[in-house]
Amino acid sequence: MYLGRVAGCVWASVKDPRLESQRLLIIQPITPDFKDKGKQVLCTDCTGAGAGEFVYWTRGKEASFPFLPTEVPTDMTVVGIVDSVNLKKDPAAGPPAAPPTRVVETNRRERKC
Amino acid sequence: MILARIVGSVVATRKDPRLEGKKLLILKSIAPDGKDDAGYVISVDTVGAGYRERVIAVSGSSARMAEGCKDLPVDSAIIGIVDDVRLD
Repeated sequence: MYLGRVAGCVWASVKDPRLESQRLLIIQPITPDFKDKGKQVLCTDCTGAGAGEFVYWTRGKEASFPFLPTEVPTDMTVVGIVDSVNLKKDPAAGPPAAPPTRVVETNRRERKC
Repeated sequence: MILARIVGSVVATRKDPRLEGKKLLILKSIAPDGKDDAGYVISVDTVGAGYRERVIAVSGSSARMAEGCKDLPVDSAIIGIVDDVRLD
């Protein structure tokens, strides 16, 4: 599983019928110290994460497991919303990074996983 | 899943019999802002996408969960046509 930040969303009308009513989020992968790293990816969502929230996501066939028994054809899914990250820093590396500020307030929807 | 743009198609006569009747398209992966990313991939089309359209493609074993791809030898499938992308 990987850490990420919700960077946007995608609309699609024509899609696999099992993707109906699934949210499609653009996720920016981040490092544990909240720096952007790598290319943005497209994930389904089983948590109701909102814009700017820090999440963790999984890839591979396991990404479709939260939606069972429906076999949703997805290979990346947001499976959790991050509350906090505890990272033990090397004392020689200087003071720890400032905690991130959330970009946009969330409008989280309750959703059964 | 990746965002991609359709840039062409592939014709193959000799192939696994389970792939007969499947449309094979060449996808160029793109960033959410529409710029081209590195790399191409050949995908099975399950939604009827056309040339230059932006699509959503799923890869790996999840591609076999796309409609009509059960037990097919595929590892990439187009599962949606993008209407709009919004970056926050």
